[in-house]
Amino acid sequence: MHLPPLISLAAWLPDLGHDGNFALLSLIKIVGVVAVLLTMVAYAVLVERKVSAFIQDRVGPNRVALPLIGNIPVLGPFLTRLGIWQPIADGVKSFLKEDFTPNHVRKIYFWLAPAVTMIPAFLTVAVIPFGSNLNGEKMVLADLDVGILYTFGIVSLGVYGIVLAGYAANSKYPFLGGIRSSAQMISYEIAMGLSVIPVFMLVGNLNLSSVISYQADGNWIVFRQPIAFLVFLVAAFAETNRLPFDMPESETELVGGYNTEYSSMKFALFFMGEYANMITSSAMMVTLFWGGWTLPFGGFSEPATTLAGGLAHIGIFLGKVIVFMVFFIWVRWMLPRFRYDQLMDLGWRRFLPLTLANLFVTAVIMWLQAH
Amino acid sequence: MIVKRDKLTFWERLYLPALVGGFQVTWRHFSRTLFRGKAVTMEYPEQKWVVPPGYRGAPYLVKDQEDRTKCVSCQLCEFVCPPKAIRITPPGPTGAPGSGNVEKGPKEFEINMLRCIFCGFCQEVCPEEAIFLMKDYSLTGTNRQEMIYNKEKLLSLGGIHQDKIQKWKHKADEAKAQDVFPVPPAK
Ligand code: SF4
Ligand code: SF4
Repeated sequence: MHLPPLISLAAWLPDLGHDGNFALLSLIKIVGVVAVLLTMVAYAVLVERKVSAFIQDRVGPNRVALPLIGNIPVLGPFLTRLGIWQPIADGVKSFLKEDFTPNHVRKIYFWLAPAVTMIPAFLTVAVIPFGSNLNGEKMVLADLDVGILYTFGIVSLGVYGIVLAGYAANSKYPFLGGIRSSAQMISYEIAMGLSVIPVFMLVGNLNLSSVISYQADGNWIVFRQPIAFLVFLVAAFAETNRLPFDMPESETELVGGYNTEYSSMKFALFFMGEYANMITSSAMMVTLFWGGWTLPFGGFSEPATTLAGGLAHIGIFLGKVIVFMVFFIWVRWMLPRFRYDQLMDLGWRRFLPLTLANLFVTAVIMWLQAH
Repeated sequence: MIVKRDKLTFWERLYLPALVGGFQVTWRHFSRTLFRGKAVTMEYPEQKWVVPPGYRGAPYLVKDQEDRTKCVSCQLCEFVCPPKAIRITPPGPTGAPGSGNVEKGPKEFEINMLRCIFCGFCQEVCPEEAIFLMKDYSLTGTNRQEMIYNKEKLLSLGGIHQDKIQKWKHKADEAKAQDVFPVPPAK
């Protein structure tokens, strides 16, 4: 099915010129991506609650019913039991709760911290190609040639939100959480950064779109760089503060860590930031190691020429991301928390040498192949 | 005390067995709950907990088999109640009309369910077996006033006590027998 290119949308608008069209299309894409991301965040929370419930022999959220849809005979109660509407209730709840600012906090930083956590998580999505193309329009917000450098730059900003929250709260538990978080992030940022260097040595380019075109036809990098992938995966867990590395939060030791003093929407921002970070990490892993929007069969390796093909590519990408999200969630309910020194030990004494060795071996093999 | 820890083997230090074991356990629980509906959750308003015998729920007043209020306003329960949840208005010297031959049946009997601690002292102390802790454990109301149960409500909730001794029936029989003249010859 060939639809006229999306540019025709601009036909009934005043002629915007090349720059105007670019701005309009980018705006549409940004709105779409942010909408999908926020929906995924909301439903990731629901999946988390459901999966944790099932793993712990419980039933999970199954009470929120919408007035009209809930009355449809079979479907309504079924959706209610799935907890489909729970995110709506959660959202409404966090807006209606009292937004309490304790007296002893450092106000400016206290207000700043949730935003500083949330924004980097959303910024990283910009460079990730989430589909091939739709109507000749590339499905990536910014096709940067420094894609991965940009990502690492932004991701490392994420820690500031947590550190700031820990400092702003002006009490001991958040402070400890903030300290742990900065130490943890720095340690694992290095392992993470080193682990992806072999990927770009193979691809020969920092642009994420070319990483994907390199992986077309099932030539996924995970099969060539399994060690790099493993290190990246573990580092992603540490970067997103998920169990078994949720040292900054660790409810049992630090009463929630950096977000102890937060309530209402500010707390919700931290919460959403965590899940948005998980989604972007999953998207990064899919892009770097698991072929992005490509599939080795069914002719999904090449950029799509039709609208349906373009949508299918987006679907494939989202599907892969969802698999990783479920993995993230499952691991949380499977493994106990590492001790802090074990975490540091793993980061510096295991992963750093491992990634360096991996880098070296890859370089040697590539050199041998070239000669 | 120094806890002696065994050195981990290389296999254990790889962390892989722990991962596999963890996945097995979580998958077992997950699939059991999801696919075979073996959740331990009791979904409260639809499924109700079966109260075991001897459970101390809300205290209610009871009637005897002849539909008479058993309480005789002795006020022992009012006195013994630790949080002072009971308030009794006795009938006064004239007696309560319509209380049958239980001439001192209370004019008003109130239990504040918000104060009651379900200790069971009132049931224990009552000489007439007129008050019992029943099986109701979920008492709800929209305001404090609603949670003060009056005599009528307590009696209707309490129902009839299947009393084996039936003290007042025998008393009534005796009284009737005394009213019969001439006294029937002893058998
Ligand atoms: S159960 Fe205890 S607290 Fe409740 S009314 Fe009886 S004596 Fe008072
Ligand atoms: S309920 Fe029993 S203890 Fe309380 S006043 Fe009546 S007869 Fe006395």
